[in-house]
Amino acid sequence: MTSLLAGMHSTEFRNPEKESRRFRGRLMVALGVVVVAFGVLAARFAYLQILRHDYYHTRAEDNRIALVPIAPTRGLILDRNGVVLARNYSAYTLEITPSKAPDLEALIDELATLVDIQPKDRRRFRRLMEETRNFESLPIRNRLTDEEVARFVANRYRFPGVEVKARLFRQYPQGTLASHVLGYIGRVTDRDLARIETEEQSANYRGTEVFGKSGLEQKYEFVLHGETGYEEVEVDAGGRAARSLARSPARQGTDLVLTLDLKLQEVAEKAFGERRGALVAIDPGSGGILAMVSMPGFDPNLFVDGIDPASWDALNNSPDRPMINRALNGAYPPGSTFKPFMALGALEQGKRTPQQAISDPGFFWFGGHKFRDDKVGGHGLVDMYASIVHSCDTYYYTLGHDMGIDNIARFMAQFGFGSPTGVDLEGESRGVLPSSAWKLKRFRQKWYAGETISVAIGQGYNAYTPMQLAHAVATLASGGVVYRPHLVQQVGSGRDGERVAVKSGPARSIGLDARNVEVIRRAMVGVNKEGTGARAFAGVPYSVAGKTGTAQVVAMKQNEKYVESRVRQEHRDHALYIAFAPAEAPRIALAVLVENGGFGARSAAPIARQMLDYYLLGKLTDAPAREIRVPEDEPVAPRGADNDEAPGVRDD
Amino acid sequence: MISAFVYRLTRGLDGPLLIIVGLLMAAGLAAVFSATLDAPARFKGQLLNMAVAYGVMWMVAQIRPPALARFALPLYVVGVLLLVAVALFGDVSKGARRWLHVGFTRIQPSEIMKIAVPLMLAWYFQQREATLRLRDYGVAALLLAVPVVLIVRQPDLGTAMLVLAAGFYVIFLAGLSWRVMFALAVTAGASLPLVWTLLHDYQRRRVLTLLDPASDPLGAGYHIIQSTIAVGSGGALGKGWLHGTQTHLEFIPERHTDFILAVFAEEFGLVGSLLLLLLYLALIVRGLMIASNAPTMFTRLLAGSVTLIFFTYAFVNIGMVSGVLPVVGVPLPFISYGGTALVTLFLGVGILLSINRHRMLVPK
Repeated sequence: MTSLLAGMHSTEFRNPEKESRRFRGRLMVALGVVVVAFGVLAARFAYLQILRHDYYHTRAEDNRIALVPIAPTRGLILDRNGVVLARNYSAYTLEITPSKAPDLEALIDELATLVDIQPKDRRRFRRLMEETRNFESLPIRNRLTDEEVARFVANRYRFPGVEVKARLFRQYPQGTLASHVLGYIGRVTDRDLARIETEEQSANYRGTEVFGKSGLEQKYEFVLHGETGYEEVEVDAGGRAARSLARSPARQGTDLVLTLDLKLQEVAEKAFGERRGALVAIDPGSGGILAMVSMPGFDPNLFVDGIDPASWDALNNSPDRPMINRALNGAYPPGSTFKPFMALGALEQGKRTPQQAISDPGFFWFGGHKFRDDKVGGHGLVDMYASIVHSCDTYYYTLGHDMGIDNIARFMAQFGFGSPTGVDLEGESRGVLPSSAWKLKRFRQKWYAGETISVAIGQGYNAYTPMQLAHAVATLASGGVVYRPHLVQQVGSGRDGERVAVKSGPARSIGLDARNVEVIRRAMVGVNKEGTGARAFAGVPYSVAGKTGTAQVVAMKQNEKYVESRVRQEHRDHALYIAFAPAEAPRIALAVLVENGGFGARSAAPIARQMLDYYLLGKLTDAPAREIRVPEDEPVAPRGADNDEAPGVRDD
Repeated sequence: MISAFVYRLTRGLDGPLLIIVGLLMAAGLAAVFSATLDAPARFKGQLLNMAVAYGVMWMVAQIRPPALARFALPLYVVGVLLLVAVALFGDVSKGARRWLHVGFTRIQPSEIMKIAVPLMLAWYFQQREATLRLRDYGVAALLLAVPVVLIVRQPDLGTAMLVLAAGFYVIFLAGLSWRVMFALAVTAGASLPLVWTLLHDYQRRRVLTLLDPASDPLGAGYHIIQSTIAVGSGGALGKGWLHGTQTHLEFIPERHTDFILAVFAEEFGLVGSLLLLLLYLALIVRGLMIASNAPTMFTRLLAGSVTLIFFTYAFVNIGMVSGVLPVVGVPLPFISYGGTALVTLFLGVGILLSINRHRMLVPK
């Protein structure tokens, strides 16, 4: 500095040459800086546009292209005659994306001025928000009216993050009818997501919001669902779709055609009226389920767009337990409906001949205990036919003793007692087929011969689902050919050009002696002609084999709450009835159970009669099957034997 | 007829400089057209802006440098007064007080200072030419500091920096000793922490965001991230004019103004970007040549600093868009949409043209 300044000081005169040179020097320095700076920029461009090009190209494409899933239309569910049980309809919903709304409550309040929003809608919305963690839009109102849609659309600019969407909703046009068969759908939860994950369906469920929660909707979820389509959409920075680039359409879900006959189902449910219970009717020639009832039912439509908490509580807290599928998950002692199987077992195992008769004194002494028959004084001379027709306990007390528990269990297992039938529904109970091995495993105790006595009349540890009982009846009706019970006859209705019949060939044949089966069949026909079922089947124009039963044991765990007014009814016996018809060439086999219905002959058999009349004759009766009054002379025995171990049994 | 008109418009003006500026304008029009495809009125507006700016340039080019020098002091004084007025009565917009209402319209006085400051300093050095001492540099620094501080306080860091740079170029070209500059640089470096505490939150955030854009991908970092994606995805040859996806799907913010280079680089690729850099380099070289040949202290300093202002604009803007410098509101010279900036820039070009044209006519 000093030299420069000194230079300037020393000369009072300008030195243009020197000055100009210095100025040019400075310009050269500046130019050098400029060149270096531009060099840096050029290097930066080369770096971004050549070296990192692939990375930024991908980033730009990710920015640009969004894959929008197109949710497929869920498959329909049809009965065997093509009656629609589950379908879809399109409706407008008002949806909020919570992540885009800073103040949800205020937003909903504001929306409520345009669109009717009830407190229950708000509650449901809150529940949905708790259930879903991802930042998707959630419905605040479903099924908007056209007027509401118009009102909202006119004010849309005021509500960022709120949109009207057209969505397909599941609908069950039959209401509560066959509700336990159909089940219901609900929004996908974390548990469902886990299931989707294990089924490797995650990609296919990207646009899906509902999932089958029970019944066929659950079992056939991945069939009904269909294939999600995708639309490649070019989106702008605001996430708005600018244009569609490519589209692979969704493939609608496959329809299900059931073996179920909805009319028959309706007859059955009407016949139950207000009573609780279950019924399963099976085509013995195929295993196809013609009707499956669990009463009371529920309205699956309630669940479609998220059930409101009040209805949910009502369904769950009802002492009638409408959400339990009794046909599949209720395990009941079969009572006297077990006897035809016992008799058949005796014939097959050579323990009895049809003609072999006992003299029934009205009780059976065993191990210091007196097992009583329900008819005071006994039935007199009883052969196999009479034992079934009149439901003689004493005959089976001795028979059970002669056969032994493990022979009984071995024989009964062939009919599917004590194991899941394999019906195409989830969560089937296996029931209890008692045996010495079972008891050892279950209670770590040896089997007592006295316990066999009550098992022989369908009591004791015996506990079967109505599905198992109906399956066993169907197997008996087909002469020992075991078909897997099933609800779905055909996957695909032909509507979508795809139709796959579900194979239901005989899984196996038990190998029963046809003559033995004939003995039982004849005796069961006798039941309805001259025995315990005669009153219910008076004047029947077709031949029908049947057996009544009554079970005292409370099979289902009832709500523990003590409700005084209900106690008496709840402690009443369960009424049972099994049947198949026409007896010589069965087209239908069924098992009916009326909880706390009293005698099987009185409350269960009339339901069966209505079903069979409708199915075989096409006769429709509108009135619920009335209870038949049982005359005084019918057995009204004191409960059970003196034996405390065996639950008391009384036979019709 | 047309050629006569063109002749009138260009007579006596420096050919190479006009051609370079013309090419830059053409590139700018192409980019603005693409960036404003959804709002064609903007493109027409820009054409008008260019016509007006060219007219200003042409008129300035006719003025002799001594006449220009006469503007220096009044323009500077008026500018500073206006800045004071802004500080007292200015409009607040986006948290900054930058605009001043003057009856029919509102103006941004800081814009004036971009030309007024180098003009003033060049004029001052011209006055002190015969007896230039260190004290004169101090006075010049003071003349520079007054408007810079006023602009910083608005706050408008970008403009303040540009004005500071313009003034510094004059002082630097006037021959400030290296030692003093070195001492200043050290002092400046040491005072950085102090400056940091004086910065507004948004200014600090911009600096931090530059260091790590991903730290705020939806906020301040969004600009840088999206513009670097645009630049990088352009590749060697670009996506083609009007085919930039980042541009047309509106991922690039401010795409027709400060971030227009992202549009250009996305659609024309590395080749386009380098050509643009070469054009700017050519402009600067030509400007420095004019400065080098200028006959007086005033014209030399003025031409040199105006040229280096062009460089500053280009460097700061390109550096920002490509993610090397923080986001500062500086337009890309001759390319970005916007009338004010164009007029200022063409004023500068007009000054260069005037200096070049009249170099022989100035008596020694």
